[in-house]
Amino acid sequence: MLGRTANGLYWMFRYIERAENIARLIDAGLRMALTRSGATDGDWDGVLQSAGMQQAFLEEYEAVTDSDAIDFMLRSRNNSSSVLSCVEAARNNARMVRTALTRETWEATNEFWIDLKQLLARKVRPQDMPGVIETIKRRAGLIRGAFHGTMLRNEIYNFSRIGTFIERADNTSRILDVKYYVLLPSVSHVGSSLDNIQWESILRSVSAHRAYGWVYDAVYNSANIADFLILNGQMPRSLHYCYDKIVSNLSYLEREYKQRLDAHDTAEATLRLLEKGSIKDVMDQGLHEFLEDFIGHNNRLGMQISEGYRFY
Amino acid sequence: MLNAGADPRPPYRSYHEWYAAQDPANLIAKSRDAENIFRRTGITFNVYGHEDQSEKLIPFDIIPRIISGREWRKLAQGIEQRVIALNAFLDDIYHKQEIIKAGRIPRALIEKNPAFLPEMIGMRPPGGVYTHIVGTDIVRTGEDQFYVLEDNARTPSGVSYMLENRETMMQMFPELFYANKVRPVEDYPFQLRQSLQELAPPGCKGKPRVAVLTPGIYNSAYYEHSFLADQMGVELVEGSDLRVIDGKVCMRTTLGYQAIDVLYRRVDDDYLDPLTFRPDSALGIPGIMDVYRAGNITIANAPGTGISDDKAIYSYMPEIVEFYTGRKAILENVPTWRCSEEDSLKYVLEHIDELVVKEVHGSGGYGMLVGPTATKKERLEFAEKLKAKPANYIAQPTLSLSTVPILVKNGVAPRHVDLRPYVLVSKTVKIIPGGLTRVALKEGSLVVNSSQGGGTKDTWVLED
Repeated sequence: MLGRTANGLYWMFRYIERAENIARLIDAGLRMALTRSGATDGDWDGVLQSAGMQQAFLEEYEAVTDSDAIDFMLRSRNNSSSVLSCVEAARNNARMVRTALTRETWEATNEFWIDLKQLLARKVRPQDMPGVIETIKRRAGLIRGAFHGTMLRNEIYNFSRIGTFIERADNTSRILDVKYYVLLPSVSHVGSSLDNIQWESILRSVSAHRAYGWVYDAVYNSANIADFLILNGQMPRSLHYCYDKIVSNLSYLEREYKQRLDAHDTAEATLRLLEKGSIKDVMDQGLHEFLEDFIGHNNRLGMQISEGYRFY
Repeated sequence: MLNAGADPRPPYRSYHEWYAAQDPANLIAKSRDAENIFRRTGITFNVYGHEDQSEKLIPFDIIPRIISGREWRKLAQGIEQRVIALNAFLDDIYHKQEIIKAGRIPRALIEKNPAFLPEMIGMRPPGGVYTHIVGTDIVRTGEDQFYVLEDNARTPSGVSYMLENRETMMQMFPELFYANKVRPVEDYPFQLRQSLQELAPPGCKGKPRVAVLTPGIYNSAYYEHSFLADQMGVELVEGSDLRVIDGKVCMRTTLGYQAIDVLYRRVDDDYLDPLTFRPDSALGIPGIMDVYRAGNITIANAPGTGISDDKAIYSYMPEIVEFYTGRKAILENVPTWRCSEEDSLKYVLEHIDELVVKEVHGSGGYGMLVGPTATKKERLEFAEKLKAKPANYIAQPTLSLSTVPILVKNGVAPRHVDLRPYVLVSKTVKIIPGGLTRVALKEGSLVVNSSQGGGTKDTWVLED
């Protein structure tokens, strides 16, 4: 496979993943506004932070309002991580690697872009927002379905999956890092309603608020939430799960190409840490410090992969 | 579709019967379905300079253009003769130049032509083939009267539309393909790959590795490039993927560099090799021409073939065909005035309101004047350009092009069309039975180019 094709697949799936995550963050923000009487614009400041867009936003606007924040996250052309920009970038990458995709996968991606361009042609009215978020999630789901249902399990699949999980691990760790102080046992007042809302919003932004109840308890508890999103191997957005997938896809490539790269060592070392570690260790190290380290390693892995497989 | 007596012409008989039984509203709905299929699949072309709508659909008309087997046989013979002559001509002008020595073509027309590549002098491509893929543009003016409008020996585009149009028609109207024996075009990508592989460099061992070279996703024909690579099952590469290593052109794969044997390039000569041609080209591969000259890669079509679809050379095609095949051309040229010649220039200026004046090196319907439909001001302005640089222009009469029906709101209406059949040249010449029918959608218009509002149709060649 061409190195450029591997690069295109990797980024196509990173952008699709990112688009979906941004939509989820907006969803969590909207939800928070609904469940509290008189939502504050400060909530949206937090959402922008979780999305890693706060700085870019403030370069364009003087103050955070809900309607500007949502618009910026959804459809701003100046924001390279807005849902619209992400889907456009995903689709451009898909066009570039068109020959590596099944017709179904390409069409699902192309239709996502066609729909979204129309849907986001102008500012979305508040009453239309749930429908728009729903469409984004459904469209992303259709791409995933077409991809899983039709693509050969070969190198093309591996590079796409690696892109998905590097991005997802990055997103989950950033969401946690922005809110790490909410999860610190020393500051948290167990059971206070403010904490409950903050915790729920974290879970919601990774679509995990129901699953949490099944796995742990009806009561939110900061250590359990951190455990769920970092170490739980069954939770599909946890760092552990992401690295499980990254390592297994890299191992396929290792066997297929009969070649082991630095990326293999890096990914396996991180996975071991996530498999063996306990949430107590993480908290002892300091949640923020742990996440900062993780984000750095995750970036390095991305670079090792693009060098090792000659993306450029 | 109908002849003078309002009866369907023979090849359209069965279709006409079907059409008469259709509900018009249903056909309009089908027409919209077709558009959706094209949009969803991403069969688009890019228009330069349109910020917002940078990708457009080429309008597709659902009424097929039907050609009888008898008509086709004559066309095919004529095209084959022409393509053989074109290759012989290219070989000659880059070697012995006998046609110039024989005084049939002025030397200056060849050697001063920007499409003539001195780098190709004395160089013979693998198999002696210069134009591997040709798309001859043909128009019809009467029952048995066909003219060749252009030879498109450089990089003819549009073949993906031929294939997708057929695919779409078969999806929407399967019943028509039971009732009519339409010759298949679907194996074009397979034949293309085969004919490219056949002309691999002689030193190539094992199965030749083929790749399609595209300028990238912003090129107007990108869809076609990716479509063809996909259908042939070969890599679609960009200049930045390629590098010359140890005398071979190699592509960067996830496992390192791998050599390519045949490159079907959709990048113009000028951009092919920054070391030989335009130094500012980022689309090409530095050093590929050295590899080519050393006989280690096949480039299709060969660099320098552009000279044969230059419009000034076109006017000599009847002589060229006769010179190399020893026979009169089966297909006629449209009578052409070369404005470089004084008498012709005078005639053209006097009759500018009846003629189509074209730029010699232009393409895509740009830079031309359609005398009868132009305004007085446009004609005057064009006449000035013509006087300033006469050698840049040729002129042709406006032909009374045949029309075929298209679907409009209130039924069908006639529109002018041309036809571009596709020809593959390897050790043999293969002509795909069908082609791209382009149709001028505006009433009365003669310009069929997609960049100028033209559409396309499925083209049927019947088995008879």
